[in-house]
Amino acid sequence: MDLMEYQAKELFARYGVPVTLGRVIEDPADAELAAAELGGRVVVKAQVKTGGRGKAGGVKLATSPEDAVGKAFEILGMDIKGHTVHRVLLALAADIAEEYYFSYLIDRAQRSYLCIASTEGGVEIEEVAHTNPDAIAKIPIDPAVGVDEAKAAEIVAAVGFPAGAEDVVRRLYDVFISEDASLVEVNPLVKLADGSLEALDGKVTLDENASYRHADHAGFEDKAAADPLEAAAQEKGLNYVKLDGSVGIIGNGAGLVMSTLDVVAYAGEPYGVKPANFLDIGGGASAEVMANGLGIILGDTQVRSVFVNVFGGITACDAVSNGIVQALALLGDQADKPLVVRLDGNNVDEGRRILAQANHPLVTVVDTMDGAAARAAQLAAQN
Amino acid sequence: MAIFLTEQSRVVVQGMTGSEGTKHTSRMLAAGTNIVGGVTPGKGGQSVDFAKRSIPVYGSCADAVKSTSADVSVIFVPPRFTKGAVIEAVDAGIPLVVVITEGVPVHDTAAFFAAAQASGTTRIIGPNCPGIISPGRANAGIIPADIAGPGRIGLVSKSGTLTYQMMYELRDFGFSTAIGIGGDPIIGTTHIDALQAFQDDPDTDAIVMIGEIGGDAEERAAAFIKENVTKPVVGYVAGFTAPEGKTMGHAGAIVSGSSGTAAAKQEALEAAGVRVGKTPTETATMMRHALALAV
Repeated sequence: MDLMEYQAKELFARYGVPVTLGRVIEDPADAELAAAELGGRVVVKAQVKTGGRGKAGGVKLATSPEDAVGKAFEILGMDIKGHTVHRVLLALAADIAEEYYFSYLIDRAQRSYLCIASTEGGVEIEEVAHTNPDAIAKIPIDPAVGVDEAKAAEIVAAVGFPAGAEDVVRRLYDVFISEDASLVEVNPLVKLADGSLEALDGKVTLDENASYRHADHAGFEDKAAADPLEAAAQEKGLNYVKLDGSVGIIGNGAGLVMSTLDVVAYAGEPYGVKPANFLDIGGGASAEVMANGLGIILGDTQVRSVFVNVFGGITACDAVSNGIVQALALLGDQADKPLVVRLDGNNVDEGRRILAQANHPLVTVVDTMDGAAARAAQLAAQN
Repeated sequence: MAIFLTEQSRVVVQGMTGSEGTKHTSRMLAAGTNIVGGVTPGKGGQSVDFAKRSIPVYGSCADAVKSTSADVSVIFVPPRFTKGAVIEAVDAGIPLVVVITEGVPVHDTAAFFAAAQASGTTRIIGPNCPGIISPGRANAGIIPADIAGPGRIGLVSKSGTLTYQMMYELRDFGFSTAIGIGGDPIIGTTHIDALQAFQDDPDTDAIVMIGEIGGDAEERAAAFIKENVTKPVVGYVAGFTAPEGKTMGHAGAIVSGSSGTAAAKQEALEAAGVRVGKTPTETATMMRHALALAV
């Protein structure tokens, strides 16, 4: 889960990383009071989970509380790379002397941690990597050791940060580990006119696998921005991602479902038909899970056909077929789109027999994955 | 031969007394795996009865190794206990630890992988993976043993169900070893590790490699193949239609900005001379051609 800037800064503050918290508002009318209370020139910043806000016009300086209202009005409701701005952060403008870049992340290749930092911050790090790669320091971190005094000193020296930066470097590592973050990024980390450091921005990705040991992380979820179908699916514990096509997809196993989307997109090319969603029902395909999944997919008004693609590994195909039959009975008239089903693997003959016997008017069984994808795409194009 | 797991392997199951552990121990036994014990803290001295045998339970990996000379552990414990379980296996000197558990926090994986590296003896497969099967010899994990029998194809895949699908597509040829390495951001055994082992395995003639969006493991594997693998390799990559910034089921399956895309992986593999199928079925067909040419 990605956090918004103000949420990341809240976390930073808990670990003693210097930040200016400011005020978060959702209504431009609240900007005047907030700015007046902050007392001075404020920066109005769009709170969205994407980079490049400044370039997109989502960060503006307000010279007075009245001006803050105008700037908040301009930014709220804006679309930045597909993200609608629902709230803005008002923060006192800082007196910046220098801007740096700093991050901790998971290094997949080394299966370890990596610190990436640069004295050239405030711009996208990819840009620095392109224009001045020598200005970027990459320091591997051994998870067994972490960022101790010696490592912090090594990082500060390697990047060329001012003396005394070790403290912030260690506190940010605390955030990375203690909060189970897979990314902690500060861009810019600034040196203020008085020589002190401050995290002027923050990007944090929290590991959802670790949510069981962080009860408070659920509070960071941005329910307003969530797609309503994705939110509904999440409530039912389904692994669902909304896409913008017309063939609803249900499958078991993340890899097979991703593959199913691709095969449908490939088969749908001639008709301009694309997959409508990702939905992995995992190992169990009980009637309830199947009904919940079908319910979500049929609630997507763009959907014209549904492709159920299951390879029975541990899951037996007869259980999947029973799930489909019972789900259709549970859904009744709500099920009104054709279903193409492809089953293979564990107990496939019995699975196919159950579907044949049920003989549901909406259900077509196709033997191969590619053939079933073609049929589902064709049905979506016709309906 | 086979890679990493053979009929000589002596397997313990950590979490054998749990419901998943018991179910899959039974399946692994049925597939001919030499299961020598289970490990559950606090249950040492008990035993669990299976169809043909009673399997002793040990209170720790150290006890299990002392009594059984186990050299493989398969882990079915819940996510919050996984780090401790793996480190216990590492400390007991078990050379191969297969972590089936899904939903392990990535910092826990980083910690137990670091411990395994420091030990110099333990290879980890997973976490969040279906395990490894050398058909006809042994099965350590949850890959159904009845999909395909022994043969001369090696398979390495980030995805469980795509492993099953590909084994099914090529069941008439069979497999030396099929290994599901998992789709988490940090995994113990990579495509490259498996490719190297298959290249060195005299009983493997050709290799299927299945990847998916996220990270650059496939790109690195492509570079490795170009330099080090002389056996035919065909590839498949899932996730061409995945949107940027969305996690697609597996914790590591995410396109970030312009990195980790399926297109980039396909391109890298093809540049290394690996034929990449558009669908699993087309990939299997390519493997058939590769084998026909190789024979």
